[in-house]
Amino acid sequence: MQRSPSPIRTTLQHLSSVVWLLVDTGKEMGDRMMRGRLPFRFSIFFEQTDRTGVGSIALISLVSFFIGLTMALLTGYQLQTFGQERLVPGLVGISFTRELGPLMTGIMIAARIGAAYTAELGTMTVSEEVEAIEAMGIGPLRFLVGPRVLAVFFLLPCLVVVSNFTAMSGAALISRWAFDIPFTRFIDTALDSMLIRDIIAGTIKSFLFGLIIGLVSCYKGLTVKGGAAGVGNATTSSVVTAITTVIGFDTLCNIVLVALFDT
Amino acid sequence: MNTTPASSVEMKDVHLAFGEKEILSGINLSVPQKARLVILGQSGGGKSTLLRLILGILRPTKGEVTFKGLTVSRMSRLRLNRMRQKIGMVYQYSALISSLSVRDNLALPLEELTRKSRDEIDQLVDEKLELVGMADARDKMPAELSGGMRKRIGLARGIIMDPELILYDEPSAGLDPVISSVINELIISLSEKIGATSIIVTHEMDSAFKVATHMAMLYQGTIIAADTPERFKNSDNPVVAQFIAGETEGPILQAPQKT
Repeated sequence: MQRSPSPIRTTLQHLSSVVWLLVDTGKEMGDRMMRGRLPFRFSIFFEQTDRTGVGSIALISLVSFFIGLTMALLTGYQLQTFGQERLVPGLVGISFTRELGPLMTGIMIAARIGAAYTAELGTMTVSEEVEAIEAMGIGPLRFLVGPRVLAVFFLLPCLVVVSNFTAMSGAALISRWAFDIPFTRFIDTALDSMLIRDIIAGTIKSFLFGLIIGLVSCYKGLTVKGGAAGVGNATTSSVVTAITTVIGFDTLCNIVLVALFDT
Repeated sequence: MNTTPASSVEMKDVHLAFGEKEILSGINLSVPQKARLVILGQSGGGKSTLLRLILGILRPTKGEVTFKGLTVSRMSRLRLNRMRQKIGMVYQYSALISSLSVRDNLALPLEELTRKSRDEIDQLVDEKLELVGMADARDKMPAELSGGMRKRIGLARGIIMDPELILYDEPSAGLDPVISSVINELIISLSEKIGATSIIVTHEMDSAFKVATHMAMLYQGTIIAADTPERFKNSDNPVVAQFIAGETEGPILQAPQKT
């Protein structure tokens, strides 16, 4: 009887495959640029940035607004017991710039865009379109993976800014109504509490999450097996893997940051 | 078929296994320049896999595949991409890019791999579409085309770069006899017009004998016969004879299937 490989071995195999996907995509794009050509079609890149960025603004704004609002309301009521509701702007500001903004945006983009990338590339894989591109010598990695990964890599930090801004707006609105904190005081207190270090940490995390989502979703799409059911399974797996990996890397980043800066 | 220095493609003791399942077990094959080699064999017997080995999409677990003297099985990804520009592949289900129009499907390799102007590309696209009798389909999407039309577009895309080697995967499978004959004639005329070597994988005997200048039979992971179509027709190999005649009695159904 054939023994199934251990989960650790399978995970390591997938991890190394994702790393090789990144390396080979870079090599294909580099080779192309060395020959004086654009690494990929910019029309595809802009199409993907539009889809990832502009297309996600409404979702990110709405969800972040509600989370910011709820967070301010619930923490405010608890802090009010000790007469410390003035801490709400700082609390929401720090939480979102450093942690919740990148994390929530990463999760939403993994679900919205990562799933779309996997389904799209998966369908192309099962209908042999990806193989046909490869057989023509075009290089499916630079042609299909390059623009998608770069789009989500560059656009995720932009969406995090949108997320932070709308979350703060929701928090400011509820703070004005429930705790009588004027907008100007809310903004001043929030800005005073936030540290450049937190904003930088949040931004670095956003780029990293973008890269993870792009690579995981493209990898899952390119390795689909088994027709329509395979595409469905890969899409589910892509979303679950991307979200889990994003949360895992977020934890890792936090441990490293706390160890480095002792906060 | 003997190895000649003028071989376009050569396979030496090629083995391929997926896990414990052995698909090919010691393929030796040599395809002369400008030949039209038809590879016969049962469905699921590894014929299409042979084409993928030539393209370098799959790598043999043992043995060597060469194209024009260059070892495909040891090439880097980037060198493979350059080599593939000299090879045209026609897929069984066409594999047209569903999000691109017929014109864009044909123009794709030209736009990505050459520095030709838009006018030159359009001219080449029209020329190839004319050749396969599909000039009217230029602005259609693949979903708007029938199976036979798609196949012809796939063929036009396969020859758009004027390749030195054209690989056909079941070119006439599932088509009506008329369209099937049109495809067969196209294969012959393309081979004569552009002087390319052709490797055609099929299990359709009529098509095979119409287009072949050379034939090989893949059975249980090895090439059991390689000869001219005339000799193939009169082969005394029981497997070849049964396959050509399409009879139920014989060694093919009796032999244990390879797993």
